[in-house]
Amino acid sequence: MRKLSVFIGALLAVHVALLFVHPAGAAVPTVRDGLDIGVVFDLGGRGDKSFNDGAYIGAERAAKQLGARIRYVEPGEGSDREAGLRLLAAEGMKLVIGVGFIFTDDLTALAQEYPGVAFAGVDFAVTVGADGNPEPPPNNLAALKFREEQGSFLVGAIAALVGNSKKVGFVGGMDSPLIHKFEAGYRAGVKEVCPECEVLVQYAGVTPDAFRNPGRGKELALSQYQQGVNVIYHASGSTGLGVFEAARTMNKLAIGVDADQYHEAPGHVLTSMVKRVDNAVFDAILRVKEHRFAGGIYNFGLAEDGVGYVYDEHNRALIPDDVRARVEALKAEIIAGRIAVPSSR
Amino acid sequence: MTTNARTRTLIEESVLPPLVALVVALVAGDLLIMAYGQSPGVVWRTLLEGTWGNSYGFGQVLYKATTLTCTGLAVAVGLRAGLFNIGAEGQLAAGGFGAGLAGLLLPGGTPAVIAIPVCVFAAVAAGGAVGSVPGILRARFGAHEVIVTIMLNFIVLALLNYLVSAKLHVPETLHTPEIHAGAVPRLSAAFAAFHGSAANWTIVIVLLAAALLWWFLFRTRAGYELRAVGLQPAAAEYAGIRGGRVWFNALVTSGALAGLGGINFVLGYKHYYEDGFTGGAGFLGIAVALIGRNNPVGVVFAALFFATLSQGGLAINAMVPKQIVEVLQGIVIIAVAAAVPEVRRLLRQSVSKRKPA
Repeated sequence: MRKLSVFIGALLAVHVALLFVHPAGAAVPTVRDGLDIGVVFDLGGRGDKSFNDGAYIGAERAAKQLGARIRYVEPGEGSDREAGLRLLAAEGMKLVIGVGFIFTDDLTALAQEYPGVAFAGVDFAVTVGADGNPEPPPNNLAALKFREEQGSFLVGAIAALVGNSKKVGFVGGMDSPLIHKFEAGYRAGVKEVCPECEVLVQYAGVTPDAFRNPGRGKELALSQYQQGVNVIYHASGSTGLGVFEAARTMNKLAIGVDADQYHEAPGHVLTSMVKRVDNAVFDAILRVKEHRFAGGIYNFGLAEDGVGYVYDEHNRALIPDDVRARVEALKAEIIAGRIAVPSSR
Repeated sequence: MTTNARTRTLIEESVLPPLVALVVALVAGDLLIMAYGQSPGVVWRTLLEGTWGNSYGFGQVLYKATTLTCTGLAVAVGLRAGLFNIGAEGQLAAGGFGAGLAGLLLPGGTPAVIAIPVCVFAAVAAGGAVGSVPGILRARFGAHEVIVTIMLNFIVLALLNYLVSAKLHVPETLHTPEIHAGAVPRLSAAFAAFHGSAANWTIVIVLLAAALLWWFLFRTRAGYELRAVGLQPAAAEYAGIRGGRVWFNALVTSGALAGLGGINFVLGYKHYYEDGFTGGAGFLGIAVALIGRNNPVGVVFAALFFATLSQGGLAINAMVPKQIVEVLQGIVIIAVAAAVPEVRRLLRQSVSKRKPA
């Protein structure tokens, strides 16, 4: 008994002593008067090399260039999403950003409750009213949406031009309208430069698990490569890691999605259709700083640099100059509105 | 040993391990926080202020503790019968789905006095139905409940995922439409201070369930039989208790209790079933039962503790990564697991030393 009391007492003493330690550079709760921005990540959280990391990069850039002070919240479970948003709104942040469509309901409710705070939702799911028109979000809530079909169109053109085959491949994650958007744009891009080309389309499944099934991704990709496909575009989350694996095994090419995925399989990643979540987040913070934030639906397409494809020192060797020129011309056409890219199949 | 000394030992044995675990976790937390370049004093204070220090935070703690109490009770009742139910995650989800489905099927204006009991019953029945599978397999065929309950998690979660995403969901979301009836009012409706927090009257239902379970375990014959089978199945069998039936009942009760937790989110908070709402609360129930020493009263306090850590993690997220809280949870669990036998040994020593005198 005595031993135990001594043990507990000693630990308590250590604990109390440590309470008074103040390391240099420790965060001190700040007074809210500057450009205070709150960001709540999706459950996947930081380190997903896509979406959440994109938002993080954008916010960090705003911290550097605009002097914004950013507070991040990483929810641990479903009810933490609302709790995180609420925590930040109650602290008087100038702007609170929810990263992911899953925040849609919570953002809408909180925007009404805190009319003095600006809110933004990345990939916010705009509801369609009974009349078929989208219902505008509250006027302090910005819905940041992306025209994934436009970026997919361009990588479709690259796939067809570089592939040197009459067949190109597509591997989707969950068979759902969101991914059909990628497929439709890609298909249109392929047909634009190669009307006689065939697009092989396969989905990994019908549940969200289809976004995290690399085994299935590899299986689908191998079968497509064996049918004579040379380039596969994947829009399938971590299922795509299997597609890259297959590309490496078969010595073929794959196209990444959301972020630059070159490093997943160096030499086998033709390009990536990047979704510039960072730009959208930075843009929203900039609007707040310049006092021109307004609610509504913001679409980030090629014109806004919200989507695009990767062309840098890593993959320059894979994309010939004439292909690059052709794709840039297509991009200009889309921005000018002379090509309309379909967003559903 | 006098009765007095025995009560004292009993209290020491049940209070000391969590106390040891707590101080170990506090010091480990201090070190982690300092390793991250922050001040332990400031971080702990922020954690307390964000949870018990304001009514919103406290409401969130109550909300989270409600679900954790249910899953903790579920695991505890299993362990009392000598069964390790790892299926609380799936049972919790099934309960939530059952409640949501009942709420959707009921017509709009159904009065709450009818609708709430119906939805609660649906949750309990759904959880109990999932629990009956390992129950039957254990009682009839002797299939090990650990394997069955783990595997059943995958099956149940996949099935619910399919039902929601293929049949019932609102487009572009992962949840069903809102229930028509059976919503449990939030605490903020009665106490304005809780405004914004998800805490709701489900907590009363759950506390009632905890009290009932305590009464059942320690004051009824069936509860005595359950504990007897848990302590020594062969001896219980010899004494005329039918082990198979007790196992079946224990696993169904366990599933039903986990299922009851589903109403907290579905009827009390969002008013719809959302895929993945459980968020690991079923698995955390194992830790809650462990810290609560498989006693319903202990489970309630353990649930409050873990809920505080979880909500506090959000409050301190600006200073330290949320993983620190997860590491702390792990340390508490390991410390309790290690402290229980260690504390008992040390206490025995001191008792035997006392004796000759």
